[in-house]
Amino acid sequence: MYTYNDFDKSFIATRNAQFRDQVERRIDGSLTEDEFKPLRLMNGLYLQLHAYMLRVAIPYGTLNGGQMRQLAFIADKWDKGYGHFTTRQNIQYNWPELRDVPDMLDALAKVGMHAIQTSGNTIRNVTADHFAGASADEIADPRPVAELIRQWSTDHPEFQFMPRKFKIAITGSPNDRAVTRAHDIGLRMVEKDGEAGFEVIVGGGLGRTPMIGKVITDFLPQEDLLPYLESVVSVWNQIGRRDNKYKARIKITVHEHGIEEIRRLVDERFAIVKGSFSGIDQVRLAEYKTHFAAPDFVVKSEAVFKDAYHSDPIFRSWADTNLSAHKADGYSIVSISIKKHGDTPGDATSDQMRLMADLAEAYGHNELRISHEQNVILPHVHKSDLPALHAALKEQGLATANIGLISDIIACPGMDYCALATARSIPIAQEIATRFDDLKLEHDIGNLKIKISGCINACGHHHVGHIGILGLDRAGVENYQVTLGGDHTETAKIGDRAGRGFEAHELVPAIERVVDTYLALRTDKDEEFIETYRRLGLAPFKAALYPEAQADAA
Amino acid sequence: MTILVTDTGFTADTWDQGYTPFGEAANDVVSIDVPADTNPADIKITPTLKMVRIDFPSFADGRGFTIARMLRLAGYTGRLRAYGHVISDQYAMARRTGFDEVEIHQDLAARQPQEQWKFRSDWKDNDYQDRMRG
Amino acid sequence: MSKSFTPKVVTANDLLKGDVIYQTATGWTRDLADAEILTDEAHADLRLIEGSQQIADVVGVYLMDVALDGTAPQTTHFREAFRAKGPSNYVHGKQEVA
Ligand code: HEM
Ligand code: SF4
Repeated sequence: MYTYNDFDKSFIATRNAQFRDQVERRIDGSLTEDEFKPLRLMNGLYLQLHAYMLRVAIPYGTLNGGQMRQLAFIADKWDKGYGHFTTRQNIQYNWPELRDVPDMLDALAKVGMHAIQTSGNTIRNVTADHFAGASADEIADPRPVAELIRQWSTDHPEFQFMPRKFKIAITGSPNDRAVTRAHDIGLRMVEKDGEAGFEVIVGGGLGRTPMIGKVITDFLPQEDLLPYLESVVSVWNQIGRRDNKYKARIKITVHEHGIEEIRRLVDERFAIVKGSFSGIDQVRLAEYKTHFAAPDFVVKSEAVFKDAYHSDPIFRSWADTNLSAHKADGYSIVSISIKKHGDTPGDATSDQMRLMADLAEAYGHNELRISHEQNVILPHVHKSDLPALHAALKEQGLATANIGLISDIIACPGMDYCALATARSIPIAQEIATRFDDLKLEHDIGNLKIKISGCINACGHHHVGHIGILGLDRAGVENYQVTLGGDHTETAKIGDRAGRGFEAHELVPAIERVVDTYLALRTDKDEEFIETYRRLGLAPFKAALYPEAQADAA
Repeated sequence: MTILVTDTGFTADTWDQGYTPFGEAANDVVSIDVPADTNPADIKITPTLKMVRIDFPSFADGRGFTIARMLRLAGYTGRLRAYGHVISDQYAMARRTGFDEVEIHQDLAARQPQEQWKFRSDWKDNDYQDRMRG
Repeated sequence: MSKSFTPKVVTANDLLKGDVIYQTATGWTRDLADAEILTDEAHADLRLIEGSQQIADVVGVYLMDVALDGTAPQTTHFREAFRAKGPSNYVHGKQEVA
């Protein structure tokens, strides 16, 4: 893992001192709220419905046990003993007070963490495949490049007051777990004639106008990455719309000017910008690669694992759903579900965080990841340690066997916390998870992704959920719109809107009807929901959602 | 009256030759006023050009930073000034993108006195760009 | 008093704590029951401006609708109901101390 050098430490310390000063200057009136707002946002501080919210970056989702323990400490000392892991590989604290935030940032700095550019109209913290460096299907570990991008984008003087936010995601695997096609820039690591490079995708995004990104270049040599990114962002900073914030994202710029014109402008700028890079970034990249060297994997017997797998059905069920293939023999990637039925998706208590930190140190080569699906990953666990790990997780309510299943729901904070929300998301997620747990159906249903957003901004990725749910305010009543058939992977697709929305009490039965339709129509147990949907399209599901329309037509 | 900010704090304005609006600039123009929506490629860098003043209509509008950087990359070595609603917290950004100085109005100067600007006169330190570009 | 004008309360968040507050005749309160009820449009606009000027203490000042239950103000929209109570997934926020 990357560890901060003296430069990083000094940078963070000065930056925190600046923010402490900005807080004081807001309080003494030197800064108006209008002026303070972008400054606090640049440092991850929002104002929500009931309190401030501090969003802490977990760059490319990677952290170690000590860092996780510090997150728990911060939750206890300045918050209410828990934190919320988000789809953007952040953790959010929902209850800090303004004067405490500089202290919280200093506490983060102690373990090499920060909240810089987790918000505001800047380049946001870069996200990456949460299985990076562990997955069997990977071409290359994207994290050294992600770290390079983190440093380049941090405090970039040209890019702190842009038309809107700018999000970059990177994957080193052909199986896209980083949703690269729904980012302002998505990077896919590729190889051409033995040379390492990137496919660069621009103009993806969700929100009010969801768009799948377009390929601006199918092969960018590795050493051109930073000047090329800089050219894209610079062009957009200049021509992106500032008259209407809903049209400000680069997806709209690409849409309005066309990808060919954007490519031309970027190439033109790249010719000028490239000369301002000496190539030292590539030397640093080579150094960062050593930071992310694979741990020393051990070779030992898997007998304990096999015994437990055969003798303990609860362990077996967990192993079947929560483990993924590792590149090293004898190892597994463990997904710890932060989606216990009925709990708030993505919320972990400080005790749970401390346990996960301990387990990472004991069994996981001291590494943890946060996934965009709001779960925690132990990327490197030897199979022989899994039974002990599972037993420990059970003690803290962390052994739910539901990864990828219908109760592994992404939900944004919604109206319970968010000032922009039009309806709640969390109770909907709780109800759906509890209902399908009661029905004992979820293992039979198999892989099915439900994603819920509490407003059109789509923080809960509803557009790319197999079943997407969007909460709206319809004449003062919470109302939920359903989309079907979305896909967040390398075959990314925006879901189809089914029809009129549902009131909260109608929603769970409606989802049940969709699921029943799938169960009735699938060719066999191996055909997943999304495959059945692709085969049959919206019609049978729509009919199930709106039986009254069928009755009218009859 | 406006106030000029440099690394040493507030100073009196030493530029007394005025500015030609960008659209009216001839080839022998000495100083120009550049609006934020200007395409930097359209700014002609001539031997007579000594002062470029780029407008910041609002501190939230960062186009001026891109114009400044592109001008410098295109080889402009004359004086470069940021003008308008720039706040002290942006001073380092202005300097790092190539501005020499910032010109602000008195009401802003009253709210953000010169200590707040000098606090960021250390803009050369702790700069990730230095490390990435060499 | 204009006929179409419905009763309002000036609300905001506290600058330091960030929590929900309501304007009273003399300052701010954390309890909606103690808020000043504004039934005259011109007076409401004036009170909104006065509240907005207190930038050293409050942020995000706006007028919210209330319904009157006798003399006690009640929220009319679910967003304000959450602000007055707290989130639904934990007993946090105002409901915690209530
Ligand atoms: C609670 C305070 C939050 C606020 C005020 C907020 C605000 C926003 C806004 C305004 C957008 C739309 C941007 C646009 O289309 O230009 C957005 C998009 C998004 N946010 Fe949030 N958000 C919040 C929380 C979250 C959380 C908790 C997550 C992760 C779970 C998240 C992840 C995202 C994602 C993934 C998108 C859509 C992708 C895109 O940028 O197009 N946000 N957010
Ligand atoms: S989707 Fe809307 S409600 Fe949900 S967190 Fe984003 S802005 Fe808030």
